[in-house]
Amino acid sequence: MVNITVNSQIISVKEKTYILEAAKKQSIDIPALCWQPGLEPHGACRLCLVEIEKSGRKRMVTSCNYPVEEGLIVRTNTEEVVKTRKIIIELLLARCSTNKKIQELAEKYGVTESRFEKKEEDCILCGLCVRVCREIIGKEAIGFSGRGIYRKVTSPFEQPPQECIGCGSCAFLCPTGAIKIENGLNMRKIAEINCEIPLVFCQYCGRPIAPLRQIEFLKEKTSLPEDIFYTCAECKRKNYARRLIAMSSKR
Amino acid sequence: MKIKNSSELKNYYENLIIKTSKREKRTIVLSMGTCGIARGASDILNSIKKEVRKRKLHNRVEIRVTGCHGFCEVEPFLIIYPQGIFYCKLQPADVRQILMESIEKNNIIERLLYTDEKGKKIIKETDIPFYKKQMRLLLGSNRFIDPANIDDYIAQGGYQSLSYVLGNMQPEEVIEEIKKSGLRGRGGGGFPTGRKWELCRRAPEFPKYVICNADEGDPGAYMDRGLLEANPHSIIEGMIIGAYAIGSNYGYVYVRNEYPLAIHHLNIALQQARDYGFLGDDIMGKDFYFDIEMVKGGGAFVCGESTALIASIEGKPGEPRAKYIHTVEAGLYGKPTNINNVETWANVPLVIKNGWQRYSKIGTETSKGTKIFSLVGKIKNSGLIEVPMGITLKQIVFDIGGGIANSKRFKAIQTGGPSGGCLPEAHLDLPVDFDSLSEAGSMMGSGGMIVMDEDTCMVDVARYFVNFLKEESCGKCVPCREGLSAMFEILTRITEGNGKHEDMDLLEEISFAMKNGSLCALGTTASNPVFSTLKYFRDEYIAHIEKKRCPAGVCKNLVHYEIMSDACRGCGACLKICPVSAIQGEKKKPHSIDDTKCIRCGECFEVCKFSAVRRK
Repeated sequence: MVNITVNSQIISVKEKTYILEAAKKQSIDIPALCWQPGLEPHGACRLCLVEIEKSGRKRMVTSCNYPVEEGLIVRTNTEEVVKTRKIIIELLLARCSTNKKIQELAEKYGVTESRFEKKEEDCILCGLCVRVCREIIGKEAIGFSGRGIYRKVTSPFEQPPQECIGCGSCAFLCPTGAIKIENGLNMRKIAEINCEIPLVFCQYCGRPIAPLRQIEFLKEKTSLPEDIFYTCAECKRKNYARRLIAMSSKR
Repeated sequence: MKIKNSSELKNYYENLIIKTSKREKRTIVLSMGTCGIARGASDILNSIKKEVRKRKLHNRVEIRVTGCHGFCEVEPFLIIYPQGIFYCKLQPADVRQILMESIEKNNIIERLLYTDEKGKKIIKETDIPFYKKQMRLLLGSNRFIDPANIDDYIAQGGYQSLSYVLGNMQPEEVIEEIKKSGLRGRGGGGFPTGRKWELCRRAPEFPKYVICNADEGDPGAYMDRGLLEANPHSIIEGMIIGAYAIGSNYGYVYVRNEYPLAIHHLNIALQQARDYGFLGDDIMGKDFYFDIEMVKGGGAFVCGESTALIASIEGKPGEPRAKYIHTVEAGLYGKPTNINNVETWANVPLVIKNGWQRYSKIGTETSKGTKIFSLVGKIKNSGLIEVPMGITLKQIVFDIGGGIANSKRFKAIQTGGPSGGCLPEAHLDLPVDFDSLSEAGSMMGSGGMIVMDEDTCMVDVARYFVNFLKEESCGKCVPCREGLSAMFEILTRITEGNGKHEDMDLLEEISFAMKNGSLCALGTTASNPVFSTLKYFRDEYIAHIEKKRCPAGVCKNLVHYEIMSDACRGCGACLKICPVSAIQGEKKKPHSIDDTKCIRCGECFEVCKFSAVRRK
């Protein structure tokens, strides 16, 4: 364990953790858009900037990927930090001028209007979708293409991604709702990444369960009976209930 | 043939020297770096070969093709040894005369000699003012070395530093030597090289890597290209010494793919170094293995940043990561990695050869040794220069560079590439070293120096660099990506005459956020061109915004052309050249420009013989 000081509060944290995790545990508010527990820190949104002091020297670092050290002094709301953060939020608000989530965030941190040229993007290129796909799902169905102002999240060569299993983790983690899942009658569509995958339906009630490729992926990963994969959650519950009743009535 | 120990190297060296001293042939040295080739040196070489064949001079003359010597302005040029006659600005047709007069006879052709400002003809290369004021420790030997021939390098004393190090020094002593010399990283950061090596040596993990960063991408900068093309072995020798000191067995050279000649020469040099036993197993008889692999970059500017470079070598997209855990601890494949710039590596054999005492005498208190700059822009003598640290900008621009071309006035000097800043005339007395330049709001960078004259619009310059960076930023972090694109929009607005007074504050605010908040050095320094021009040339911004005027006459929307009727002779030259027929007038009577039709191309201004067209 190491001791660090966050906003003049001394806290004891595990070694090899990052400042942001330590602060979150103490309910100290540091905004972060590209950070998510369980994923490697990325350091792209730069909202989690804090000031650190180490042997008398101060500097600004991103708290999501700065490892804690004994005696580290952290200040999350100095004048410089707040000013920098506000301009970054203002830049984001200009990029996503119509996005609800970004508007809410801006309001929370006191930015009401962006003075920069407004665009109507939704994606802030935080990379959560890309990283969850690679690090958690173990696929690399999407990635970044282009650089600088041309950077965007897309599938390889902007073609329907062969790797995508349609699990929707990307959409689930997206902080701005830029990736949307549409379940059609037969297909799951994720338009932002050019993905379209047929759905599998419950063998009992006919409700959609999950995309075909996701079922195949799970079958490979686990050794569960085939039947389970083709039954929806609701029918599984009912089946269990029926079996329980049957068992109890026998007695 | 392998050279197995220091006495073998010594013998080999002595034999080479004896062989050269016995040689009765004349040597024609032709500078054929990329710059020389661009100026037509290949044609000169072909004519020399043809003429030598025709005149059967094989036994009397030898041709040595070298890399760039530095004075790119007067290329293509050649030097005839042993006399050292320097002929410049050559045409293929001149070759015949050179062979007839200077090789077959012993005459000097006056017309091909370099003429200095006072009109004096100069015979020897070393007497030219451009070279005289320099201290050419690294570039000086370029003229003696054919980069495709390792013997030329050995004859210049090459690989003797390595031999000394492996024979007489412990790794720690090498590090100590470099630390004492005060050598600092030449890539731009200026981190003390010895300390970096020490940190990397101390890192517990294994294996360790050394990398040579040759991904030079600054507009107008070609120092590393010059070294790689002309003297690749000096870099290889430096890397072997570094690897021995650090305890590494694997080296990489990361070269940008846009340098085909450098890649070609480096490949040859690496193979020759392997053949001679300087790379591979048991180097110089010592139980030490080291080899170097070359990796070609894919053309991204950001890959010059150390962590992005590492990602690129690993086969990942070239994006930087946070350096809170430094690359000397966890770099390539997560292992300790020492990255140095081409020029830093090339300095290493020099430090060992001369000893730290002599090396540290050159330069200033905090910046030691010499630095290579590429002096380009509106200057009389463009080229690669090598000067001791601490020399003033004025000496560089006026004594070495010969002043501003076309008798214009000096306006600014941009140092440090896109991450550097523009310094005005008032700062010309500034000593050139790492710290002075940073304090003034610019930086040493890797060594680009772009000289600007009075016809340069500083707002336009800032916009140019911001445009370059917005395309070349990796786009990972918000302040850099969004900040640059916002800055570009604002600067475009100002140059188009739609700027508002608040725009200057906005630019400063974005600069602030980028400096504090960006992930890598590209982002934190990207605002320097804007910040420094705002600081030193604020009046130009104000003229653009308030008076809707571009003082340098560059920004098209803010420039107006008019014909002064008292000076106009009515020759009709402007009328004929105007692409949109905006000029009217009868012959021999003053003409006039219809401002609503004018597209500000400036053709009339250029074509008028009587200076009757005015730009304002």
